[in-house]
Amino acid sequence: MYRRSFKDTKSSLGSPNPNFSKPMVALRFLRALSLVRCSGPGARSPSYRARGIRRAAYACMAASAGPRRAWSRALLRKIRRRPGRGLRRPRAVIRRRRPVGGGDPLEVALRRLVPGGGCMEYCRLLEEAADYVKCLAMQVRLMQTIVDSASHVNSID
Amino acid sequence: MSSRRNRVVSEEEINELISKLQSLLPETRRRGAGRASAAKLLKETCNYIRSLNREVDDLSDRLSALMETVDTNSAEAEIIRSLLRS
Repeated sequence: MYRRSFKDTKSSLGSPNPNFSKPMVALRFLRALSLVRCSGPGARSPSYRARGIRRAAYACMAASAGPRRAWSRALLRKIRRRPGRGLRRPRAVIRRRRPVGGGDPLEVALRRLVPGGGCMEYCRLLEEAADYVKCLAMQVRLMQTIVDSASHVNSID
Repeated sequence: MSSRRNRVVSEEEINELISKLQSLLPETRRRGAGRASAAKLLKETCNYIRSLNREVDDLSDRLSALMETVDTNSAEAEIIRSLLRS
C-alpha cells in the first residue's frame, strides 16, 4: 500500500519537511506538555506523568515529521493504539505484515529499533533509520533545552 | 537478505545511504577514519538509537519531576526564550 519506487525515496532524501523545523516541534511539544500537566497534577504519580511525557515526545516527533515517513506513521499507529482498549481491528483490513527474514543480526536489530522497520526493503530501512536518528536527536536536544531552562528557573526562585 | 526484491538495488545506492547515515552519527561514535564498513555502521546506529531512547526516558523523568516543583507560568516564558535563542 505504501510502496514507493527508489525515485521517490531519492527525491525525499534531500527535501526537508517544512513542518519539521525546531520551533514547530518545540511548540507542539510544549502544548502537549501543558496537556499532560492539566490532566490531574496531584492525582497521578510522577512515573505515570513521565510515561505521558515520553509518549507525548514520540507523538510530537512523529506528528512533526509528517505522514511521508514510514517510521512516523508506524509510531503514531503504535501510540494511538492504546492498550486495554479491547477493540480489535476488523479482519477485512489486511496489514502488510510480511516481516523480512534477515540473516544479518545487525539488520534485524535495526529493524526492531526503527518504528515500522520490519517489512521494508534494506535500502528503505537505511533511509528511514537516517531520518529517524535525525529527528530523535533533535527531540532529545529540545527536551534537554526545556529541562535546562526549567531547572534554571527553579534555581533562581 | 530479502528474497522478495522487485528491483535491483545497486551497490552505489546502498553506499550513498550508508555514508548519509554515517554523517548523522555524532563524532564520538564515528570511530575509524574514513568510510566505516556497513556492519560497523549498523552497529553504531543501533547503539546510538538505543542511547537516544534512554535519554528520552531520562529526560521525561526529569521533566515530570520538574513539573511538580516549578511554577509553570514563569518557566514557560524562560523556556520559550531559550528555545528561540538556540
